[in-house]
Amino acid sequence: MAEKKWMPRWFYQLASPRWCYDITGKLLPLFAWTAVLLLLGGTAWALAFAPADYQQGNSFRIIYIHVPSAILAQSCYMLMAIAGAVGLIWKMKVADMVAKCCAPIGASIAVLALATGAIWGKPTWGAWWVWDARLTSMLILLFLYFGVMALNSAIENKTTAAQSTAVLSLVGLVNIPIIKYSVEWWNTLHQPATFTLTEKPAMPVEMWMPLLIMVLGFYCFFAVAMMLRLRNEIVSRERRSGWVRDMIQTQFR
Amino acid sequence: MSEGRAGEMFFWGVLKRDLLLSFRRKSDLVNPLIFFLMVASLFPLGVSPEPTFLAEVAPGVIWVAALLATLLSLDGLFRSDFEDGTLEQTLLSPQPLFLVVLAKVFAHWMMTGLALTLLSPLLAVMLFLPAEGMWGLMASLLLGTPTLSLIGAIGAALTVGLRKGGVLISLLVLPLYIPVLIFGTGAAQAAITGLPIAGFLALLGAILVLGLVLAPFAIAAALRISASS
Repeated sequence: MAEKKWMPRWFYQLASPRWCYDITGKLLPLFAWTAVLLLLGGTAWALAFAPADYQQGNSFRIIYIHVPSAILAQSCYMLMAIAGAVGLIWKMKVADMVAKCCAPIGASIAVLALATGAIWGKPTWGAWWVWDARLTSMLILLFLYFGVMALNSAIENKTTAAQSTAVLSLVGLVNIPIIKYSVEWWNTLHQPATFTLTEKPAMPVEMWMPLLIMVLGFYCFFAVAMMLRLRNEIVSRERRSGWVRDMIQTQFR
Repeated sequence: MSEGRAGEMFFWGVLKRDLLLSFRRKSDLVNPLIFFLMVASLFPLGVSPEPTFLAEVAPGVIWVAALLATLLSLDGLFRSDFEDGTLEQTLLSPQPLFLVVLAKVFAHWMMTGLALTLLSPLLAVMLFLPAEGMWGLMASLLLGTPTLSLIGAIGAALTVGLRKGGVLISLLVLPLYIPVLIFGTGAAQAAITGLPIAGFLALLGAILVLGLVLAPFAIAAALRISASS
């Protein structure tokens, strides 16, 4: 009896470290070039051609770094939690590795979002840092990344480390809606979300189009960073297996 | 005997055992409270002994001190059980693990959170907190500290197998404490200025209910992971 396939074959093949290593090797140049093109094009459009804001002048242009990094920092946390849950439930090694690779990338992107926010805050609000709900919840996100990294490095057994971090990142997931809705729940200095899926952006097309390109570019960049880390992790964990030995022998003969 | 009745008796049994154990080791019981008093008394010495200033910062100082005192006591929550093998036996027993966890967290709260709440009026007087703020502070501590024990127990369960869990717990748990701190001090501040505090208390209560429902499962999962290694 032909059972209905509810999951495409390539998806569960990703669970095999070897297959995952091969496919990321093929996808890597594709994503790298897309990221370079999108980021370069987006930056040029954003900095040189997009019109200046009627209130903030040219200082608003940092939005093209700030918003994508803020979005990405949160998405990265979600990916970490989801991958952790998948690892916890189906005991997939690759999911554990993905979750582990998320934390350092997410932490650095969160630092980028906070730093660009501070740089933007200085000319607009007159202060580098304000104890506003959106900013504070973003800072908590950074602390959560630090906690996850600390826990992961404190436990020596890889499986236990992955499971413990997965539980912690699932618990920390409560912070994501707080960040998302902080500007709506508390009336604070921070402006509301720039992009929503359901409504048309309030700014003109020439302003939000480069932002969209930058967001996509950031996601592609994330994919590249992720795959590089993942491949590194796969090779280091599978170093005793035959295929890694063969590969290294053929490459460095 | 019905199933529910057995679970109930089991819950009270674990609670009684944990309370008895901590009454036998008095230092565990008293140390967080002394720490609470000391941290709070550092602020007048370190920042300013001015009564008007102290009255303004009192809710925040008391809340932060309570938070740190709770953190200090967390490391021992599962450690002695883990070391003498009781934890493994509990994990193997057919009783629902979340009941054990809930009883242990409840015992922990009675020894730290509840004690801190009862001690807080003393600190409030020392820090010149206006009398109107007293009830707000105590109510917020009463509603907030069980959440601190619940969230903290997740961190304690995750680090129970590690030799040096102490600092790590604070790193894991403090970010998750921040919302409780914000609403707790918010309630006390509002009470001082005569604003309604029901909204803050409702939020603290909502966080507590959410924690009561979800945290035992996270704690139980974390304990299973820690004990399996």
